[in-house]
Amino acid sequence: MAKRIDVSGLSAYYGATRAIEDISMTIEPRSVTAFIGPSGCGKSTFLRTLNRMHEVIPGARVEGKVMLDDENLYASNVDPVAVRRSVGMVFQRPNPFPTMSIYDNVVAGLKLAGVRKKAVLDGVVEKSLKGANLWNEVKDRLNKPGAGLSGGQQQRLCIARAIAVEPQVLLMDEPCSALDPISTLAIEDLIGELKSQYTIVIVTHNMQQAARVSDRTAFFNLAGVGQPGKLIELDDTQRIFSNPSVQATEDYISGRFG
Amino acid sequence: MTSSPPAAARGRARRSRSDSRLGDSIFFNLSRGSGILLLVIMAAIAGFLAYRSGIALSKDEGNFLTTFEWNPDAPKPVFGIAVLAFGTIVSALIAMVIAVPVAVGIALFISHYAPRRIAQPFAYLVDLLAAVPSIVYGLWGVLFLVPHMDGLTAWMDQYLGWTYVFDQTQAGVTPRNLFTVGILLAIMVLPIITAVSREVFRQVPRMHEEAALALGATRWEMIRTAVLPFGRPGIISASMLGLGRALGETIAVAIVLSANSVLSLHVLDPGGGTFAQNIALKFNEAQPFGRDALMASGLVLFVITLLVNGAARLIIARRKEYSGANA
Repeated sequence: MAKRIDVSGLSAYYGATRAIEDISMTIEPRSVTAFIGPSGCGKSTFLRTLNRMHEVIPGARVEGKVMLDDENLYASNVDPVAVRRSVGMVFQRPNPFPTMSIYDNVVAGLKLAGVRKKAVLDGVVEKSLKGANLWNEVKDRLNKPGAGLSGGQQQRLCIARAIAVEPQVLLMDEPCSALDPISTLAIEDLIGELKSQYTIVIVTHNMQQAARVSDRTAFFNLAGVGQPGKLIELDDTQRIFSNPSVQATEDYISGRFG
Repeated sequence: MTSSPPAAARGRARRSRSDSRLGDSIFFNLSRGSGILLLVIMAAIAGFLAYRSGIALSKDEGNFLTTFEWNPDAPKPVFGIAVLAFGTIVSALIAMVIAVPVAVGIALFISHYAPRRIAQPFAYLVDLLAAVPSIVYGLWGVLFLVPHMDGLTAWMDQYLGWTYVFDQTQAGVTPRNLFTVGILLAIMVLPIITAVSREVFRQVPRMHEEAALALGATRWEMIRTAVLPFGRPGIISASMLGLGRALGETIAVAIVLSANSVLSLHVLDPGGGTFAQNIALKFNEAQPFGRDALMASGLVLFVITLLVNGAARLIIARRKEYSGANA
């Protein structure tokens, strides 16, 4: 079910401000691609253009093309709601629905898609929670509120919620930045397991994390404050961290700026 | 107090500490005082009502709870709250059934649908409605609403008459009935319910809304998944504020309702009464004993209001762990 993402000439705007400029890249299926770069370089904005979440902000718009295999996500006849069903997203801060139980959180996406059969939902809950390495910790309290879990558990619950609808792609926007090291490790292990089934894109501020979890790494940068962010280079992670082809990448990963 | 130097030193230290916390202590006592004052006022009202009610109830020749008529100043005083309690609750219920869905709709429109430049003035307009005095609503009700109710009343009688409740048994009578009162009360409580719900909806964290959208929710599905459940306790609180006003509304009901002591489920037939309306109409001409009897009816309204609010608190508390307050 994993699909290839092919972006060409993509720019994103907030009102009149251009946040990212002319980005083109290919993201391979069944791999983890990490986006790194200094704050404000547009890596989160770019991530949100991949499931059309960018445009939910008033005044925000996108130019360019995002191909998911053969389908252009920005074609005029494409419904952004359908796009978000096939491209899942995990956010920076764990955001399980506070008014729902663990069970209801996991099946929230399925219920939106109209699935009602209890047997199907039960199966998906177990499979998704197992997929998110959370099943053993919560299987006895599925009807307790999701907001009662620890931060790391909440984030894995959000991952379970995202994979419950079996998306083609899983986008993660700094999924560990609000978590402690042990929870972070649990999520990173999980990412390693999930990549056999999904195309995963992860934004991270933590370069060690990018080096640990990703196969490919994209480095974004901006020329100055108020300037749009650009893709500097995308290469195998090992190469980016050992012998990048652009000097700015080298400067950034060695801690000379950012 | 035996070893003076250390004690004095401690005293000084304490004094200088308490000096620096003078503001804290003033504020603490002010807020505690306000809290106690509130309790004292509540107790005073309840005690006063209970005392005067006791005088009245001891001389009531009828059953206070089940008697329809209200004749406390007759040689043989007979009075009861059956009609008043029924009318108060029915008119307030009609008002809530109409007002709550409309208010939630308006609040959602302002908080989640309307563009900012429309939402702002619109919200202001709704707030303005809350500031209209109830006598104005009452006059509008009797001069405009009542004359324009005939069509709706006839329509409901024709198509909903089978429900018994909306069956009109006296044709051609001016619709100064509980239903019209309910509609008027709905309009009166709409602004407060809207304003409170709107503020609650605005506080729904952006991240919960985005969580729903990212799962492939449409805007309405996002509202159903993230906004309404989060706002539920707020909607209940808002409705209780509105219900409190509807139960206690006096002058508008007194003007519009053609009161009598008939208890009828036909809400389209004129007649009935409410606690506050009955007090407003009868208080001036009542003898001292008649006033005590009116106090007794006031006590019942007081108790009903307390019960309703308590029930609402229970509903909110029962789902506390799902409230989102800990997220």
